[in-house]
Amino acid sequence: MQRRLSGPVLDTGSGRRPEDFQIMDGRETRTGKTDAMNDKRFERVLAAAAAAVILLCAGFLLTLALDATPVIRQEGAAFLYGTQWNPVTARFGALPFIAGTVLTSILALAIALPLSLGTGIVLGEYLRDSRLGALLNVMVNLLASIPSVVYGLWGIAVVIPAVRSLALLVGAPPYGSGILSASLVLSIMIVPYMSSLIREALRSIPPGLREGAYALGMTTFEMVGGVALPHARSSIIAGVLISFSRALGETMAVTMLIGNATRMPTSLFSLGNSLASVIASQFNEAASDVHRSAMMGLALILLFITLLAGWTGRKLMHRKVD
Amino acid sequence: MNRSIAAAAGETVFRDTYQPRSLRNSMFKVMVTMPAVLILALMVFIVVQVLFNGARALNLEFLIAEQRPFGEPGGGVVQAIVGTLMLIVIATLLSFPLALLGALFLHLESGRRSARILEGAINMLQGIPSIVVGVVVYRWIVVPMKSFSALAGGAALAIIMLPLLVGMMREALRLVPASYMEAALALGAPRWRAVAGIIVPAARSGIIEALGLGIARAAGETAPLMFTAFGNPFLSVSLRGPVAALPLVIYEYIKSPYDDWHQKAWGAAFLLMVFVLSLNLVISARKNHIR
Repeated sequence: MQRRLSGPVLDTGSGRRPEDFQIMDGRETRTGKTDAMNDKRFERVLAAAAAAVILLCAGFLLTLALDATPVIRQEGAAFLYGTQWNPVTARFGALPFIAGTVLTSILALAIALPLSLGTGIVLGEYLRDSRLGALLNVMVNLLASIPSVVYGLWGIAVVIPAVRSLALLVGAPPYGSGILSASLVLSIMIVPYMSSLIREALRSIPPGLREGAYALGMTTFEMVGGVALPHARSSIIAGVLISFSRALGETMAVTMLIGNATRMPTSLFSLGNSLASVIASQFNEAASDVHRSAMMGLALILLFITLLAGWTGRKLMHRKVD
Repeated sequence: MNRSIAAAAGETVFRDTYQPRSLRNSMFKVMVTMPAVLILALMVFIVVQVLFNGARALNLEFLIAEQRPFGEPGGGVVQAIVGTLMLIVIATLLSFPLALLGALFLHLESGRRSARILEGAINMLQGIPSIVVGVVVYRWIVVPMKSFSALAGGAALAIIMLPLLVGMMREALRLVPASYMEAALALGAPRWRAVAGIIVPAARSGIIEALGLGIARAAGETAPLMFTAFGNPFLSVSLRGPVAALPLVIYEYIKSPYDDWHQKAWGAAFLLMVFVLSLNLVISARKNHIR
């Protein structure tokens, strides 16, 4: 009878096996043993899945490190600071690409930060509990979900001509594509992430602080500038770093806009290459073993820089706010 | 009015600071609203432009015909539509079970050292740039198989999806009240039964939403496919051969010097963006409805 009672609770529709419920009778004979066995097996399956994910991660590092060994052995530390990249003479120095990656990402960050702060403050403070705020938030999240190749396409159609006319205006070489174009599109791509993170940071400050500030007669500006932003500072810095790591690893939009030239960037309008864009444009054409190894080496550097920025950001995010 | 007199008399003076403060406040409001409006306007601009340019390339042939060699008019992107769908199915089959088990592990073992290690691994996976995923999967699958393949492309997308799925599924599992698990165990259900019969079904809608968002993200990825699925001008449904995908077609066509192909790149972008945005919209509408 008890068995019947337990039926509806544990009934999962399909796959219901009455013998699983026999434990209820207190007769822990054969079934009890089976259940214990099953539980052990269940835990083993879970642990195996977890181990697979961890192994996957370790495998990434190991594969990249092993495959990058030939080029590191050939170039030594010059792989990091050499400015010559010539597959024909087999010289591989990655500095122009590291510079291109860091430069475009920092520029994108500098453009995106004020935009994201504004958007984040509007969504997190002014429209905190309104329907309009919720709607706009959905729109911002949609902006984040547009594939990067579409951003690249849009950049080719809109940003490149705009930058070309700007270059003509200031007397720079009018390529159109280049560091500035890549940074501009990159900044539009990271604004949604950054503004969502800033919005979350502002929403998560204790309500008492906000109410207290208003009760003292502060204006919204004084409350945001004097109370909310300082309180949320470390989460905001964390959000900026996480967005930065996204910008560093972004491939398609940058590849389509940066101009793909192997040289040190000298101005905003010069053509360049980022680590990701070199891999995207040269990987399938790498003919020699060292060139292929150099590609893996670039991937390793990129992975390292990206993980460092993301890891620092997450450390800051989880730091206890006093 | 008689401030100077009052001050001279040694009384405390309260200056009226309201007006300048109010002015600063209004200026601040304008200053933060402008970027927000700019960003939303840009978003509308981008979406409208892709829809507008893309719509001109759309016709029935575009949807059901294969790519034609340049010079022949017409042709379509059916190979890329089928390829993208195929890659999504492979990526889902590979990542979903692993992600669900991983999320369950994090949920059930939370606080343990092993769970923290797994969490670190998931965070790291999420931080790996997508092009690096492509490179490593090339090394793991394409090199031993000696051929670009749909399987390799699907595996690369699965690795992109995995950390997203684990994160979102874990949140979905967290929303199930702990009392469900306790009640199931108290009724004598073994742990696996409580999880498979109670916890997972209770979190079902969250898990499905996670899968939807993961698919939306994977569908738009280009970089991991360049060295794995590679692209293919012909319709192919073979697991072991290269396949086309919509993002690859966009990239390849816009790089080409032909106006007709540029037009088709916009058409492909139209399809891809409509798919990704509507999937996201449906899911966020569902989420808001449930809350």
